[in-house]
Amino acid sequence: MEILQGVNPGALVFFGLAALVVASAAGVALSRNILYAGFSLLGTLGGVSGLYLYLGADFLGIAQLIIYVGGILVLILFAILLTNKIGEVNISNASVSLPVGGGVAALILLTLAYIATQTSWPQTEAAATPTTARLGDAFLREYLLPFELVSVILLMALVGAMVIARRAAKETPRPSEPGYERLI
Amino acid sequence: MNGLFNVGLTHFLVLGAIVFALGVLTVSTRRNAVSILMGVELVLNAANINYVAFAHYVSGGVSGQVFAVFIIVLAAAEAAIALAIVLAIFREFRTINADETSTLKE
Repeated sequence: MEILQGVNPGALVFFGLAALVVASAAGVALSRNILYAGFSLLGTLGGVSGLYLYLGADFLGIAQLIIYVGGILVLILFAILLTNKIGEVNISNASVSLPVGGGVAALILLTLAYIATQTSWPQTEAAATPTTARLGDAFLREYLLPFELVSVILLMALVGAMVIARRAAKETPRPSEPGYERLI
Repeated sequence: MNGLFNVGLTHFLVLGAIVFALGVLTVSTRRNAVSILMGVELVLNAANINYVAFAHYVSGGVSGQVFAVFIIVLAAAEAAIALAIVLAIFREFRTINADETSTLKE
């Protein structure tokens, strides 16, 4: 404990969250079972949400939890279970050309880390919390056009997703017809 | 040692770089299409960490958080579309391994 003397408690929170994020992101990248990779993503998204709260972005932290963990992660788990035989114990999640991919990723990591540590970034005072009111103000003043555009894009994407994912009604065989068991 | 425990912008940038590299590793080495999507989510989260960290330590306003919200919304749209496509591909090919679904036309 000697080494932790005088360490800001906030730093411990940061390092705990960072360890959670990195460990579970590594789980997503390297896990042999795709279901475990999906659940690892839960740790990453939750940890990133905690980091947002650490940085004083309260609205964003909660939005991350609601949208990512409550929406996107559930969608991903649905897709995993719908596209694999659920009875299969070991759902395959093979990695190919791991050395090449790992080399490229390590190169990117070293470059970005070098830039991050060697540049002297200008520092200012942080914005005060809570940020929700000012975020809403920004959305409806400076960023009104992007805000409306993103709303339209989201609507289009959801309608498009339904159109792509549904089965064409006339092609679906009845239970008595051949080919029905293929669909189950 | 003091510099390491004095959490600042650099810590968040390095963390973002690590998550980004793991996302790139996932996208480039996985064969399963859903796994590739998970890698994309990691990359988007790494970008968001950088946005919020810069908003907190450098620019001071909320504009960084505004763009992080845009990224989250676009990630939701992307996930919905991509998973619908994955389901459609699975019905057609009975597999979602990206290297086995290489034909554009029957």
